[in-house]
Amino acid sequence: MTKKITYAQAICEAIDEEMARDKNVLILGEDVGVLGGNFKTAVGLQEKYGDLRVKDTPISENSFLGMSLGMSLTGLRPIVEIMFSDFLLLAADQLLNQIAKIRYMSGGQVKVPLTIRTTIGAGRSSAAQHSQSLHAIMCHVPGLKVVVPSSAAEAKGLLKTAIREDNPVVFIEHKMEYNQQYEIPEREYTIPFGKANVLREGSDITVIATSSLALKAVKAADELAKEGIKIEVIDPRTLIPLDRDTLITSVKKTGKVLIADEGYERCNIAAEIVMDLMPDIFYYLDNPPERLCLPNFPLPFSPALEFPLIPDQQKLYKKIKKIFKD
Amino acid sequence: MENKFKLIKSYKLSKGKLLKIYLTMVKIRDFENAITDVYSRGLMNGLAHLYIGEEAIATGVCLNLTPQDYAVSTHRGHGHLIAQGAEIKKMMAEVLGRKTGYCKGKGGSMHIMDISKGILGANGIVGAGIPMATGAAYSAKYRGTAQVVVSFFGDAASNQGTFHESINMAAAWKLPVVYVCENNLFGISVDLRKVTGNPNIADRAFGYGIPGVAVDGNDVLEVYRVTHTAFIRARNGEGPTLVECKTYRQKGHHIGEPGTVYRLEEEKRAWIKRDPIKTFRERLIKEKIISEEEIKNLEKESRELIEEAVQFAENSPFPEPEEAYQDLFYETEGVKER
Repeated sequence: MTKKITYAQAICEAIDEEMARDKNVLILGEDVGVLGGNFKTAVGLQEKYGDLRVKDTPISENSFLGMSLGMSLTGLRPIVEIMFSDFLLLAADQLLNQIAKIRYMSGGQVKVPLTIRTTIGAGRSSAAQHSQSLHAIMCHVPGLKVVVPSSAAEAKGLLKTAIREDNPVVFIEHKMEYNQQYEIPEREYTIPFGKANVLREGSDITVIATSSLALKAVKAADELAKEGIKIEVIDPRTLIPLDRDTLITSVKKTGKVLIADEGYERCNIAAEIVMDLMPDIFYYLDNPPERLCLPNFPLPFSPALEFPLIPDQQKLYKKIKKIFKD
Repeated sequence: MENKFKLIKSYKLSKGKLLKIYLTMVKIRDFENAITDVYSRGLMNGLAHLYIGEEAIATGVCLNLTPQDYAVSTHRGHGHLIAQGAEIKKMMAEVLGRKTGYCKGKGGSMHIMDISKGILGANGIVGAGIPMATGAAYSAKYRGTAQVVVSFFGDAASNQGTFHESINMAAAWKLPVVYVCENNLFGISVDLRKVTGNPNIADRAFGYGIPGVAVDGNDVLEVYRVTHTAFIRARNGEGPTLVECKTYRQKGHHIGEPGTVYRLEEEKRAWIKRDPIKTFRERLIKEKIISEEEIKNLEKESRELIEEAVQFAENSPFPEPEEAYQDLFYETEGVKER
């Protein structure tokens, strides 16, 4: 049985179910309370669970994120909402120097059950400080698990796993997805970390696409199938841990790999994935690995400038077409 | 800030408590002197920030805490840890990078933690522990316990954003936390009075709508008295207090930094004259609370304890190289993450 809800509702359901399941789960962040979340991902939760468990914070990202670490070390299981990944930079010390490292620095004395939800994605004319996809930064520093869900069903199942996880998780939602309708299972379910999802099978090229690009890659693949190009689309779901086995098996089969990710091209997660896989795929490759990312420029405001930069279905189509032309 | 209570007995502390206070301060001093010793013998790598001259603060503050409470420390954290009951052997072993240390050699002096005693860690980033302490206080309130939290930090941390952000939230939500600013006047070499318009940190409390109290940080009983009131407030759900302990860092910023070029000799001499251990010892004897002999016994007890800790640490093995690859993630169901 399935039901049709939006991506934002799916996030909200995951939080609600986990809060009902475990009284130590709480959520804090800017506008999560009265407003029900800037992106409507916490609607009705404050009414249901009260002000202490659904806490509107002042605009103090570094400290309310740091507070969540103090909570997670003392028996709670906080969920923190950082409205935009751009704002996570204000909390970089707490995220990267404290949360990511405290277990290691303490010699394994502590568990850090903490979920940090944030958003990525351009396309809302929000300009350079509200549109970035900064998940590669979270992957660079050891100690965080990094989740980049694609559809609503994926987001719900992965978020429930994140909340139950005893390590810090950066859970990255794509803001252009929030209002999209999706079919999701009625029953309760979770999706494990470190298991990539093969969205579409094919034998000619492997497209590893993150977040909402995974869904766009499927559409591009449907189009290209009509032209005889059989594309395997894989949603890695989690960047840390990365399901190397599924990716390697696919690339060995197809001999070609394209990675699509909405982060800036330079130091993009694509480079890391390719280097990581290379020892296992090198002799199976027919072509150099390719990537489709955001060009190395800040995101401009005007839609006339913004959309030409954002990786999308059409750019995927063209990129793959070109690989097969060459 | 003049001491209103001329006599120790005005504080209504038992002789046993007073002995414990003295012993704790001496243990901290001896530990720090032992660090200087192991450093000069080439046994210690990296950094250690000594607490010499500030012992009265950790000692006076932690006297108010139970083992269920939480303490969040700083880079200059040895004193806080000892005062809150951390095991000195495991501390020394950590400072020497041994496998038997608190963090199995992964943290060193700046990251010693004892979660079993509610010590949520020293910290290498100035001001970074303040939010963590505030979160622990939120947690205590959330879980409905009587726990309180002490957040230690220095004068320099009071100019970090975390100071403002965290105290603001604790005040808004009446969290059970006491912010203890150890104002030792210097952030490495920078004199607080040169970088802050009003160097009286306690005054800032007014802006947050919470009590702010300045106290002589070299007078252990005054530190105890002032923070005692603050912790009672916290336990009663009346919210946080900012306590500024005026003190002086007798040594350099860390063990390898002599601290000579940036301070006035005269000022330094005046503070050393008011050394917290020396003055407390003199009062104990002058007011006939403890005999010279009892004092000497305590000092011997401390010395032996520290010597034992150094021996334990020196005789402990270093961690194996492969241990560098452990303790990143908590692993469930045997799943290994890279």
